[in-house]
This record gives sequence, C-alpha cells and structure tokens, in this order.
Amino acid sequence: MTWSWNYVWESLPLIFEGMWITLGLTIGCFAFAMLFGFVWTFLRRIPWTSVQKLVGFLLEFIRSTPPLVQLFFLFYAWPMVPYVGVTLDPISCAILGLGGHFSTYISEIYRSGIESVDKGQWEAAKALNLSTGKKWTKIILPQAIPPTIPMLGNYLIIMFKEVPLTATIGVTGMLHAAESFGAQTFAYVEPLTLVALFFLAMSYPSAVLIRKLEKKFNRRFDKKNPTGTNNNMDKGVAVNG
Amino acid sequence: MADPIVRYKDVHKSFGEVEVLKGIDLDIAPAEKIALIGPSGSGKTTIIRMLMTLEEPTSGVIEVDGRPLWHMEKEGELVPANEKHLREVRGDIGMVFQHFNLFPHMSILDNCMVAPVHVKGEPKDEARQRSIEMLEKVGLGDKLDNYPSQLSGGQKQRVAMARALVMRPKVMLFDEVTSALDPELVGEVLEVIRDIAKEGEMAMILVTHEMEFARDIADRVLFLDEGTIAEEGSPEEVLENSKSERLQSFLSRFRSSSPS
Repeated sequence: MTWSWNYVWESLPLIFEGMWITLGLTIGCFAFAMLFGFVWTFLRRIPWTSVQKLVGFLLEFIRSTPPLVQLFFLFYAWPMVPYVGVTLDPISCAILGLGGHFSTYISEIYRSGIESVDKGQWEAAKALNLSTGKKWTKIILPQAIPPTIPMLGNYLIIMFKEVPLTATIGVTGMLHAAESFGAQTFAYVEPLTLVALFFLAMSYPSAVLIRKLEKKFNRRFDKKNPTGTNNNMDKGVAVNG
Repeated sequence: MADPIVRYKDVHKSFGEVEVLKGIDLDIAPAEKIALIGPSGSGKTTIIRMLMTLEEPTSGVIEVDGRPLWHMEKEGELVPANEKHLREVRGDIGMVFQHFNLFPHMSILDNCMVAPVHVKGEPKDEARQRSIEMLEKVGLGDKLDNYPSQLSGGQKQRVAMARALVMRPKVMLFDEVTSALDPELVGEVLEVIRDIAKEGEMAMILVTHEMEFARDIADRVLFLDEGTIAEEGSPEEVLENSKSERLQSFLSRFRSSSPS
C-alpha cells in the first residue's frame, strides 16, 4: 500500500468532528467520576462497619471488572433486567460506565489526599473548637486538595485514552469516524494514524503540564515537614503567597 | 478554695488492654498553675488530652467550670455528650502542642484569626486587631505575613501560643511545648509562658520536663507514676523534699543532666 495524502485530507474533517465528541465525552465522564468519587469517599467515612463493608465490596467489584465488560453490560444487558432495567443511549451509557469505573480510582485519590493531612492538624482544629464544616473547608481540604491535583490530571489523561472503548457501543468519536471512513474507502492507515496523532497531540502536552503542577505542589508548604517541626529559619522561602 | 475550674473524678483511661490512667482525682482552681511531671508513659499527656477532648476517658467524670465535659445531663442522668455539648464546654479550653500544629497553608496572622472569626463570629477587623496585639505580645509583630515554614521552632511555638490565647480560654494546656525545640530556642518559649502566667487570671496545666521552670511558675506540682498521682504539693515539697524513692530517682536524672 502507499500513503495517500488525499485520504488524509478527506478523513481529516470527519475525525476533527469526532474529536469534539471524544473531548466532550472525556469531560463528561471525568466530571461524573469526580462527583461520584466524592460520594464513595463520603460513604466510606460512615463509621458503620456494615456500610463500610458493602461499599468496600462494591468498589472492589467495579475496579476488578474490565470497563469494556461494564459498558457492554450497561448497553446490552441492563435493558433486559426486569423492573430496574432501562435502555440507555450510547452517550449516557458511556458516562455511567466509564465515569463509574473511574470514580472508584478517584475516590482512592480523595482518600489519600485526606490522609496526607497530618493528625496534628485535626487536633489543632478541634482545640480551636472549629465546627465540622469549618474544619473541612478551612483546614483539611485546603491541604488535602493540592496534592491530589496532579494525580487527578493523570487519571484524566488515562480516561481520555479509554474513551475510544465507547466506539464499541456506537459512540461516534474519533475512532468511530476513522473506522467508518475506512469501511467506505478501504483506507484505514491514514485515518487511524490521524487518530493516534490527535491523541498524542492532546495527551503529551497535558502530561507535561501535570508534571509541572506536581513539582509546584511538592514545593508548597515544605512537604517533607508538613507541621514544620524543623528549626531552621529561612529554609522555607519557597512559600510565598 | 474557690469552686474548681477543672475537676477530675475517678478518671480512668485504657488504650486497648493497657490501663494508662488508674483513677485520677484532681481539682484545679481558677488561675492555678499546675505542672505535671513524671516518666514517659506515666499518662501525663493523656490527662490533658482528655480535657481537650482529644481522648475520651474510659470511665469517670471530668468537669469544666461545674459542667461535665464528656457527659450531659438528661432526665437527671449523665449520658455521653453529643458534639454540640462538647463544642460548648470545649470553648473554655485552649492547648499548645509539642509539634506546634500550625496551619501551614495560612499566614501567621491568619493562623491566629481563623478561630475568632469562624468559631466566635467576631468581625474580621476586631479579630485582626486582637491577633496582631497577641502576636506582638509574643514578640512576632514583624512576622504577620510570614508562613509557618519560614519560622524557627521557637517562633512557631510562640505563634501557637498566640493562636490559643486569642480565644481567651479559661484553662490553657501545654503539652511538652519545648520538647521538640533545639536547646537554644527553649528559653524564648519559656519566657513567653512566664509572661502569660504572670497575668494570672487563666488556669494553666503544663506537662513538662523543665524542672527549674516548673519550680518557678507552678503553684502545685503533680508527680505522675504508673497511671496515678503519686505525689503532689508545692514545688518545694515535691521537687526538693520528695518523699518517695521513685520520685527522687526520677528527679536525680534531671539534676545530673541539666546544667541550669
């Protein structure tokens, strides 16, 4: 075969159009995952053993099943389940399936962020008699969130690369566009190469940005020493605002 | 003596199988300065952590200003306190920690202002004014906009004291506040505590290993040993004319090692 620039120019607009769907779906899935991850984290903090066990089992179940199986189940099997089954369009199915799958990882990130806050911070908040709400909004979350941002970014990129899975249930993203172009013209190399390049063009800069963020947050608040028990003056000059 | 500001009635505390406190009875008068001394593991830190509501007693009652701390009265009976009750009574207590526990994401000034503004609902200007005054009092009026990581250990501990004092507690707890400091920084922190003690109206409980300091500022010294108050009395009685052999051997370790 030979590389045909004609096919490149012909398929480019189709793939470009598919890109918006892929991007939009990534954002939709990720927003759902962030929101639902919060629900998981909250549920796991309920100090009730039976709830914790149930939630722990559900999380393990979702995490240990392939996202493709989950998508297929939601799309093909769910409508046939008596009483609770509903037919979902491909986009809702993708958001629920991929977003739901990633929400389990994201809840883990939230948890690690909360646990990274020193025990002394909780005690100081209590000693100052802050209410539960103020303790979270003023003391815990401002310290728990920054270190999670690079990790969330990493998952955003991973999810972006998983979104083409949804082509299997008929979401018309980039991959689907390339595939249907190939089906009509028998030219697969050009459109699929374009799809790969599109992914690279978006993933790589994002990864670089996230690495930068990571460095920035590691410098903040003298991370090795969160409560600042060292006695060396003028060492923490990195913190300024 | 006047009605006690703090009263422990047969307070026990166990961590799992280990009984750390085996029946503490203790009355503390308003404005009284108490030094708690004793070997590590004797339960002295646990005593004040229970008062700050950081540890729950296994049994017994702790009262603050006549009100039970960990319990509330319901139809004439004492039942475990809810969070609302704990918050009400806890407002009378302030604490300074061994590891400072300053909020690293806030400036020194914000560290001091956060509680008056968000707990007491003071107007920001007023809280700022009082926080600045308090920081000036501990000698850090020029560091208001600095962050904790830019300060020395001694300075951090002085901020922690200002932060607790702004809330005007009736009882202040000091949990080995100089133990994490380099030796040359201990003096500046003790100096501030001395100043606070002189002002008088607040009760203070200090868990400390600084015997000279305890002698200087305490009205009463308690020697804790194996979960009980083994000896108590004026600093002279306890530190100079100790009766038990255990206390004598405990104190001798400090005499030989500390030059002051």
